[in-house]
Amino acid sequence: MGEVKVLQTGEAGYGTTRFDSLLAWARKFSLFSYPFVTACCGMEFMSTACSRHDIAPFGAEAPRFSPRQADLLWVVGTVVQRQAPVLKRIYEQMADPKWVVAFGTCASVGGFYDNYTTVPGIDKVIPVDIYIPGCPPRPEAVLDGLILLQEKISNGNREPAIVPPRQLPGLVQIRKKETA
Amino acid sequence: MSQVVLDRLVAQFGERIIETTTFRGDEVAIIAPDAWVEVARFVKTDPACAMNHFSDMTAVDYPEREPEVPRFDVLVSVRSMVHKHRVRLKTRVEDGQNLPTLGVVWAGASWAEREIYDMFGIRFDGHPDLRRILLYEEFVGHPLRKDYPIDRTQPLIPYREGGLAGTKLPPFGQDEGQPWTRINWPARLKGVDTQVSPAIALQQGQRRALSESTAGEGDLEPEVEAEE
Repeated sequence: MGEVKVLQTGEAGYGTTRFDSLLAWARKFSLFSYPFVTACCGMEFMSTACSRHDIAPFGAEAPRFSPRQADLLWVVGTVVQRQAPVLKRIYEQMADPKWVVAFGTCASVGGFYDNYTTVPGIDKVIPVDIYIPGCPPRPEAVLDGLILLQEKISNGNREPAIVPPRQLPGLVQIRKKETA
Repeated sequence: MSQVVLDRLVAQFGERIIETTTFRGDEVAIIAPDAWVEVARFVKTDPACAMNHFSDMTAVDYPEREPEVPRFDVLVSVRSMVHKHRVRLKTRVEDGQNLPTLGVVWAGASWAEREIYDMFGIRFDGHPDLRRILLYEEFVGHPLRKDYPIDRTQPLIPYREGGLAGTKLPPFGQDEGQPWTRINWPARLKGVDTQVSPAIALQQGQRRALSESTAGEGDLEPEVEAEE
């Protein structure tokens, strides 16, 4: 890092960076999302996307209902075996680079549907970047997942990751009292 | 409530009504399979019954009562919008025994019959389009039969590498997931099963919380760590 100078009105200057970093910075703030919404988690997705929590500040507010125009696939809800080929085809139709978020417990590991009908986690069918636990996840957890994805985009990390639970001091206090 | 319907049925069909029961307003008539459509048409058209609303149709599998009693119960719940009463009609069929379709009486029954065929494999004679309605054509067997293995899945497309049914792909550990369903019963009966939810494991000191590992570094292996 060289000297950082804040330009005043009328002044001109330049900054240097690597091309990859610049591209990743642009990509992480222009995520065009394709919501693949199949179940009740969709309510929380709508809540996250709408004005109260709002994913617009993170550059992900533009839904694209064609996978060819999208680069972020939200898989929101339970995916049954019959839908699995559809999900895979949608994933294959998306142009690179593309990212996948498994929204909620069912999309991540199949949830409590341990039976003949449900895919035990969409990672059995397509690769997943971010898992958001919760049944359903709170909008805050979804935003955490989006921020985590942006971090991974900006440093080029394609390892899958789980959104960690928020450490709420009140809850920790209750837990300690119970175990004591 | 609808005892009048049962009385009408017994008066009209006699021996072919095998049994009628009443329990807290639930009237049930068990019907011989050969009278199935006749009884249905009668309860719909008879002015005292007037069962013009088809509510639901389903089946139940009782393999343990064979061979004295046929294995499957097929039952239809119907209601009268005129008299505000309802009744449940039941019949019993063997495995492989066909029933005549009720779609000629209540049109809505034809989809319910497709579901019964899908889930139990009971066939309906005269049905215009008896295909699976919920599952896919490639599915082998009928999953709501009691002898369908509880853990058999039939994926439509092959799973990714390492993605065998019941296993988990990274970053999930093999013992993670919903502990109240994916229980390794043989291990648990031997007392060596340690599968618990991450929150309980944290309390018991079996491993640290997922949140304490750095996301994305692949360092999410279960770890034994005593909590102070």
